[in-house]
Amino acid sequence: MSQQPNRLSGGGAIDRERRLTFTFDGRTFTGHPGDTLASALLANGVRLVGRSFKYHRPRGILTAGSEEPNALVGLGEGARYEPNTRATMTPLTDGLVAHSQHRWPSLAFDVGALTGLLSPLFPAGFYYKTFMGGGQKAWHVYERFIRNAAGLGVSPEQPDADRYERMHAHCEVLVVGGGPTGLAAAKAAAATGARVILVDENAEFGGWLRCERLSVDGRAGGDWAAEAAAELVNAPNVTVLPRTTAVGYYDHNNVVLAERVQDHLAEPDPDVPRQRLWSVRAARVVHATGAIERPLVFANNDRPGVMLAASARAYVNRYAVAPGRSVVIFTNNDSAYRTALDLHAAGLAVAAVVDVRSDGGGALMRRTREAGIEVLPGHAVVDTRGGKRVSGAEVMPLSEDGTRVHGPRRSIACDLLAVSGGWSPAVHLHSQAGGRPVYADKIGAFVPGEPKQAERSAGAAAGTLNLADCLRDGGKAGADAAHAAGHGSGTAPDRPACDSEDRAHVRALWAIPGGRSMGRHFIDFQNDVTAKDVKLAHAEGYVSVEHLKRYTTLGMATDQGKTSNVNGHGLLAELRGDSMDEVGTTTFRPPYTPVTFGTLAGQDTGEHLEPTRRTAMHEWHAEHGAVFTSAGLWLRPQYYPKPGETAFDATQREARTVRTAVGLVDVSTLGKIDIQGPDAAEFLNRVYINGWKRLPVGKARYGMMLREDGMADDDGTTSRLADDHFVMTTTTAKAGPVMARLERHLAVDWPELRVSLASVTEQWATMALAGPRSREVLALVAQDVDVSNEALPFMGVTTATLAGVPGRIFRISFSGELAYELAVPADHGRAVWERVMAEGEPAGIAPYGTEALGVLRIEKGHPAGPELDGRTSPGDLGMGRMLSSKKDFVGRRALERDAFHNEPRPELVGLVPVDGARKLRTGAQITAEEQPETPAARLGHISSSAHSPELGHAVALAFVEGGREREGEVVHAQYPLLDETVAARVTSPVFVDPEGTRLHA
Amino acid sequence: MLIRCPWCGERDHAEFTYGGDAAAARPADPDAMALDAWLGRIYTRDNPAGPHTELWQHSAGCRAWFKAVRDTVTHEVLATGDPQARLTPDGSS
Repeated sequence: MSQQPNRLSGGGAIDRERRLTFTFDGRTFTGHPGDTLASALLANGVRLVGRSFKYHRPRGILTAGSEEPNALVGLGEGARYEPNTRATMTPLTDGLVAHSQHRWPSLAFDVGALTGLLSPLFPAGFYYKTFMGGGQKAWHVYERFIRNAAGLGVSPEQPDADRYERMHAHCEVLVVGGGPTGLAAAKAAAATGARVILVDENAEFGGWLRCERLSVDGRAGGDWAAEAAAELVNAPNVTVLPRTTAVGYYDHNNVVLAERVQDHLAEPDPDVPRQRLWSVRAARVVHATGAIERPLVFANNDRPGVMLAASARAYVNRYAVAPGRSVVIFTNNDSAYRTALDLHAAGLAVAAVVDVRSDGGGALMRRTREAGIEVLPGHAVVDTRGGKRVSGAEVMPLSEDGTRVHGPRRSIACDLLAVSGGWSPAVHLHSQAGGRPVYADKIGAFVPGEPKQAERSAGAAAGTLNLADCLRDGGKAGADAAHAAGHGSGTAPDRPACDSEDRAHVRALWAIPGGRSMGRHFIDFQNDVTAKDVKLAHAEGYVSVEHLKRYTTLGMATDQGKTSNVNGHGLLAELRGDSMDEVGTTTFRPPYTPVTFGTLAGQDTGEHLEPTRRTAMHEWHAEHGAVFTSAGLWLRPQYYPKPGETAFDATQREARTVRTAVGLVDVSTLGKIDIQGPDAAEFLNRVYINGWKRLPVGKARYGMMLREDGMADDDGTTSRLADDHFVMTTTTAKAGPVMARLERHLAVDWPELRVSLASVTEQWATMALAGPRSREVLALVAQDVDVSNEALPFMGVTTATLAGVPGRIFRISFSGELAYELAVPADHGRAVWERVMAEGEPAGIAPYGTEALGVLRIEKGHPAGPELDGRTSPGDLGMGRMLSSKKDFVGRRALERDAFHNEPRPELVGLVPVDGARKLRTGAQITAEEQPETPAARLGHISSSAHSPELGHAVALAFVEGGREREGEVVHAQYPLLDETVAARVTSPVFVDPEGTRLHA
Repeated sequence: MLIRCPWCGERDHAEFTYGGDAAAARPADPDAMALDAWLGRIYTRDNPAGPHTELWQHSAGCRAWFKAVRDTVTHEVLATGDPQARLTPDGSS
């Protein structure tokens, strides 16, 4: 076991008493509580952590925070494996298993790195240029190789073993970010009594205060932050959420938070979710999201050992880790001088600070010089040396205007090159909330613009980079937010005393001159986008930031350009000769940092994805071997196989039983709407295409309703139970939508109608008893009514006592046989069903499922879902004669359109195969020719098909152009997926009992 | 997004179903309208960036249909009322 060679002997907020063991790529290392995976790797001297996306270049840890573009690792194993996890945000736990990604066969020797040598062949827009237009053939050849070499982590292969949950919360003030600004804001808001939620993506509050040697209120900054956070945790009106990232800002101050509840525990509690997604509705939001340091763009600025300057001192100050022993610092602003001072104080050798500003920085630079560190103002690092880690920096004087380097070239040996290209406020949430960031010259970055929602940014997120100003701004923002939400006077509390420093202006320099093509000047480390790519994109006309992003992939992938966007946009502005404000930024979209799918799904997985609806007879079906199928949320019996029967066998047997004896099917899922009121008949008249006013009490009628555009919406039978009382049935799928549209008609279109509606789908269990012997079975079940053909003719409706239960009988038929639909209160559904099955036994009754139901209705040519697909008119369906000419109804006027009359329409017809042994397949396209020229003119398609047990061959319902005129013609059903062509004769869609004698038997 | 149901108050949009442009309401006498205008009512919709009068149903609540003026840019619901209410585009009633 190694000895953590780069762990400093003192300092740091780690628990040196305890050791944690972890592995990286199979090698075992140790670290301490308080470490992240990144700090522990650095402590153990591991510099190379991954390979870059496009060129497979060796990459090391660049940052100490959530903006990390390079150090993405695969974490865990098996069902707890998670790819693309940032090592910088992974708390070290005992037994942690991590793997590097995107390398083969090993991290140190990677075959893909050869593409780095070929990088001139992979310019911006490479894929578009090579594979679009004439290059599609080339794509087919190269796709396999490219796919193998591309991509970052590997997807997990097992179902997620962890649990996730979702929470909803409301508050007056949500403070995002728990650094000095956020703590000051939360304290000020909490003091007013407002409900406050404070979140921070880190485990501990204090933000960068924990990584600096700065004091607040006479204590070390980290201690002050810990005390402030503890106070807030104890306040009853404050919810404090560590390890929680505000990932999305949506309409009306709805902020979504991702809380990592126990990722930091080596042994998670199985009763607690791994992560939790919060949906917070806040009256006001304070963004104290801080700022993100940018790298500088120069040749070979991506070698392991090149690190952001503030991150380098974070590793030293917070984790007591030396990210290098001999250090060169390269900067365009004052903050990196802190790194020089802190690393020097920790005993590391700081060889030089290279500053692009010709007169260098302010007070911090003077202190750096006083510490004996060489400062090179007006210089630039133009290149680095090294392989899998940096070994030196090449430094040259920079011209006054920053456009070229000249003069003597000096090599400075180093194993850490700490760079700072300035600070970009984290304006992501502000932008997601509709704000448009504006460029601030003083800090060389975009700052929040005018808020579009009830939010404001404070501290570094607003471009304030000085600690004293951050504390003051935070306190004011918190007090203002609480006041705006009705709490407190809006007076900000006094700012605590603190260390502070003045900072000189940053000098924005988007790409350091040097090197001919700038093909090794990396801007976006995660996507391998270089200054050369940006220049090429600009030269080829991609001059908007959104186009630049798509063409070069700048700012894409898991880090979404946190460290790279401003540099890329700055270079584009320079090339365009426009101001940064004119060039602008790309739109920031959620999530701020990646969120695992499990967290988004929460509890809504597996059988909890949506509710399951079961009919009153469900358990009987299950006990009798039914195979179930989903119909929307419902489970319906599909068929009831007997031992040894296939699905086809069972379906054919069930359908034959209905045609020859009697069957029973559960139709409880059909929608049922109770319609009452003096204007009920008038209401139906306006909804349905046919007339309803003269329907007698005790009768049912088939009805079809259209959408206002004239296309069929739904159909079903509706029965008149009294003058002012109807019960409508809808299809299973449309039960909800039909109810909503009827409600709408009454509320919006015809408020004058005196009609009330109630959905009674779940109140009634319904079953259809169908077959030539159905009447004799019904007679044994219905106790107090005469069910003879004379007393209860076709379409007759009556109340009845059914197996002792008050119910209703509807003599309606979907199968085309003599049939009755029985309705009883749902609680009695199973009892009545069982009684019908028992009484039917001598007649040979069998239960049948949706498959047989489908076969029977196809044989009868009844339209169902596949025919009512939203593109068919009553005329198309052969129901033109139903259209009433005596009244208005929804959809009537649209049917006057020329398109319904002057052009041939696809009409519902039947098809039978010329060769009775052939199958007709649903979805087949109909052509006139057997082997049409392609592209073929299609006449229509097969909407439903079945093997008819009655006829012994396939039958199909199809929509064929001018189809009714074609009866007797032979057309061809093309099914290219199976390379099938079947000759079929056009027939009437009613294959069985076209005269309807069975219905009236 | 928050929507104010005239009966239940302000609720999350997940409780509601969008019912389209309220300006496309069905006239009392359909035959009084020329066919072209009628088809325009069905197929041609304005798509304003700004206040838009539309119908919503509180489908997972009281099930009432109501009229709303919503700013399509900010999603702010400026006014809601009865389906027959006259709501002005700027949200005053």
